[in-house]
Amino acid sequence: MPFNQKPQKFNAKINTVTIGTGDKAIKLGGESVFPFYTFDGPIENAPKVGVEISDMGLENVSEGIKAYYEGCSTMGEIAKKASEMEGADFVALTLEGGDPNGEDKSVDELIAIVKEVADAIDCPLVVEGCKNAEKDGDLLAKVADALQGKNAVIMPAKEENYKAVGAAAGLAYNQIVGAESAVDINLAKQLNVITTQLGVSPEKIIMNVGTAAAGYGYEYVVSTMDRIKGAALSQDDKMLQMPIITPVSSETWGVKESVAPEADNPEWGPAEDRGISMEIMTATADLVSGSNAVILRHPQSVATISKMIKELV
Amino acid sequence: MALNGIQIFKLTPKKNCKECGSPTCMAFSMKVAQGAVDISACPYMSDEAIAQLSEATAPPMKTIKIGTGDAEYSLGGETVLYRHDKTFVSKTRYAVALCSCMDAATVDAKIAELQKVDYERIGERMYVEVIYVNYDAASGQDAYLDIVKKAAATGRTLVLNCEDVEVAKAALEICKDGKPVLNGANAANYADMSAVATAAGVVLGVKGADLNELHDTVEALEKAGNKNLIIDVTGPDLKATFANAVQIRRAAIKNEDRTFGYPSIVNTVAVAKGDRYMQQALLALFTMKYGSIVVVETLDYAEALPLYGMRQNVFTDPQKPMKVEPGIYPINGGGADDICLTTVDFALTYFVVSGELERSGVPCNLVISDAGGLSVLTAWAAGKLSSTTVADYIKANVEDKINCRKLIIPGKVAVLKGDIEAKLPGWEVIVGPAEAVQLVKFLKDLTA
Repeated sequence: MPFNQKPQKFNAKINTVTIGTGDKAIKLGGESVFPFYTFDGPIENAPKVGVEISDMGLENVSEGIKAYYEGCSTMGEIAKKASEMEGADFVALTLEGGDPNGEDKSVDELIAIVKEVADAIDCPLVVEGCKNAEKDGDLLAKVADALQGKNAVIMPAKEENYKAVGAAAGLAYNQIVGAESAVDINLAKQLNVITTQLGVSPEKIIMNVGTAAAGYGYEYVVSTMDRIKGAALSQDDKMLQMPIITPVSSETWGVKESVAPEADNPEWGPAEDRGISMEIMTATADLVSGSNAVILRHPQSVATISKMIKELV
Repeated sequence: MALNGIQIFKLTPKKNCKECGSPTCMAFSMKVAQGAVDISACPYMSDEAIAQLSEATAPPMKTIKIGTGDAEYSLGGETVLYRHDKTFVSKTRYAVALCSCMDAATVDAKIAELQKVDYERIGERMYVEVIYVNYDAASGQDAYLDIVKKAAATGRTLVLNCEDVEVAKAALEICKDGKPVLNGANAANYADMSAVATAAGVVLGVKGADLNELHDTVEALEKAGNKNLIIDVTGPDLKATFANAVQIRRAAIKNEDRTFGYPSIVNTVAVAKGDRYMQQALLALFTMKYGSIVVVETLDYAEALPLYGMRQNVFTDPQKPMKVEPGIYPINGGGADDICLTTVDFALTYFVVSGELERSGVPCNLVISDAGGLSVLTAWAAGKLSSTTVADYIKANVEDKINCRKLIIPGKVAVLKGDIEAKLPGWEVIVGPAEAVQLVKFLKDLTA
């Protein structure tokens, strides 16, 4: 007896969110099937891959990544080179230098960098704050203002500062709000509820539901994303139908498997190889669990993940 | 269809003899319905009733065992598609591919290399469990048997990928005691291959051009009495392979298609030959989505470190927290004179805290005491993390090894400071930050 194929059909879909403008604009979401389940129905918009750059330039990146950006001296040049990476769909600029516990760069200084980066590229832009909720409230509102007309993603809007970030990005300056919660389906939903109550349209929200590097409590990430996609599609939960964006590289390039020098554990081999593998595996697992976009750093990871997406969709 | 307890009860002798281990026939029936006990535990069931019931109460997916001794692994036996629905039970196992098309030096090098990965992570030994030995017809039988011998000598469990019945028979003569998988049945040769596998007492891998052919072949094998099977889901390309892996597992678990209720083999070499990075991605992909054995060309530390960590995470039981062993964990070369920090034994807490400590670059000792595998606040609320547990552990295990008398406690349990100091004379207790991410700055300030 041949196989009795039973496709899993849902009468709900993930919201379609357009990021950027013009020819290079990208669309996230729109599917009504689980990730890469093309045998159940079409995946309208393939998941997208972003390249992460930092306002700190090339200070904290691996040798292989530095080599890719060789010859770039300004943030504009770095951004342009990032946008030209094979497989890149968008650029994600993180403003980690704004962290009051770190470099504590001023808002004006960071806005200048944001403008320089935005002017240098023609692909969609995601801007990530410094992770300090208070400073981000102020900083990201100004970023949203500075990027008027770019239809950029401004993140993270968290529970602590969603009013400031959400109102500026989602209402005043018509950008996309990236709502960030910490690996918990209820928190993710709650944040979407209160952000839409502010008046932000659901089609202007994408979620970062949190991630971890492989091996670091990754089971919570899997189950959170599995449950969110399950609720969005099978229960038609409108407050969980926002596409998911996952910054992978900021997690994976910090763990010891990726950064411990070869001299510490000679059998581990070069750190660069381990860092790439950690980034590729974590990104793959995020995508197959439900991420509609991942943010990566290494050119090899970007090329590999982008190729895998093309083969699967 | 699954039967409920009452339906099963009707088929029991109803004499409450307790010989099955349950107090009453009713209790026994309820356990059978939940899948906790096998129907054959009752000695008085008629054969007819057993046949009827074992069909109806059989798990949706069979558990297949491969290998022997320490190298014996259970595959399959899953009851859910998502870990949050219950738990996954059988870990994905990883295989490195050898081929008789390789020259002897390459084979030796690969065998030496795959044995290098061997380490422990949270109480679990991590290594390459399986070797996949591919038969290349052009190189002939002798070359294949040589490689099978070498691979078998490692003691690792083998998958013989060979669709030639005679060669398979010869190869099994060499390694059948190690209970390898014979991955070689297809629509044309399944009857003969099944006879070879059954005679050697090994698991048979089934291949097919598509899902229909696979379904037909498995059905034919089951009819012939062989239910010791694995399904090779590898298709002509990645998209087909992923579709096969998901649809076969989903058919078994969600749609109760018992024919597809077997574990799977995924050969990433067939769809991404020579592309190490793509194979890394596919290792992760098929760990998440339903690969029981995943085959790659290279599995070094670069692959192993993220992969085995991910597997350990995904296959933990959501109801049982992952714990690290209590002890003193020196960080950044911490020694007897360096500062101590303490937190709970919940694995996630340990990893986050130790990661931040490493980032700080400050030599220190992380003291982990038994807190029932709970997070800091939960352990405190449950009484598993208290001034007594911390003080007792330090007195018993730390004082004789560490000279430094400074202890940093998690900021969330700052309230314990006074009590710990009272119970640990001579120690200075310092309240640390509430969140691990603030540790780097905290330690730098403290030691500045």
